[in-house]
Amino acid sequence: MTDFGDIAVAGLICLGAFFLFVGSLGLAKLPDLMRRLHGPTKATTLGIGAVLIASMLYFLLNGDTFSIQELLITTFLFLTAPVTALMVAKAHLLLDKSERKNLSPTGRKVDWSVFDAPPPEQSQGSPSKDS
Amino acid sequence: MIVIACAIAFVAISAAILLCLYRVLVGPDMPTRILALDTLTINAIGLVVLAGIYWGTEIYFEVALLFAMVGFLTTVAYCKYILRGNVME
Repeated sequence: MTDFGDIAVAGLICLGAFFLFVGSLGLAKLPDLMRRLHGPTKATTLGIGAVLIASMLYFLLNGDTFSIQELLITTFLFLTAPVTALMVAKAHLLLDKSERKNLSPTGRKVDWSVFDAPPPEQSQGSPSKDS
Repeated sequence: MIVIACAIAFVAISAAILLCLYRVLVGPDMPTRILALDTLTINAIGLVVLAGIYWGTEIYFEVALLFAMVGFLTTVAYCKYILRGNVME
């Protein structure tokens, strides 16, 4: 194993650990949930990404085997992190009544989908009666 | 050098897990606790991958993949339960 690869793996490990720690520090320190959502997204993308790249590089340089599992984990986390943040934010909007009046109006008869049923004209059945 | 970096990273991720546990215990409302549990899963994935580098085995990647999948599913299930009052409709 070359010296350069050694330094690169160690640097990537330290970078990933730094971002994981910063993400959790933001989660613990920021004052309300919409701001707390920012921290763990950095931990998910940058922290885990750097640690997984370090792992891929280490096993590529040491064992001469390119393992595909790190790419799978990275892809899966990058795909699921926005979904998780959206679901947590929606749950927060539903539970916290004071956030509701800060939302901009929808411009339609129905409210945002967190609070209201889907509009009846988008259903596939017959047009609804209560228009 | 990698051993020293792994030691530093173990300490940092352990501190991150402690901060997440603090937020799980203290967190004022339920979505905060869900977010803290999700971040706990992310930190656990980092710890598992780092243990794989430290001991030089590749058998930990399946563990990390399972952590990623199950963590995402539990987060979505919790949020779905809050939003709809039911997980499977």
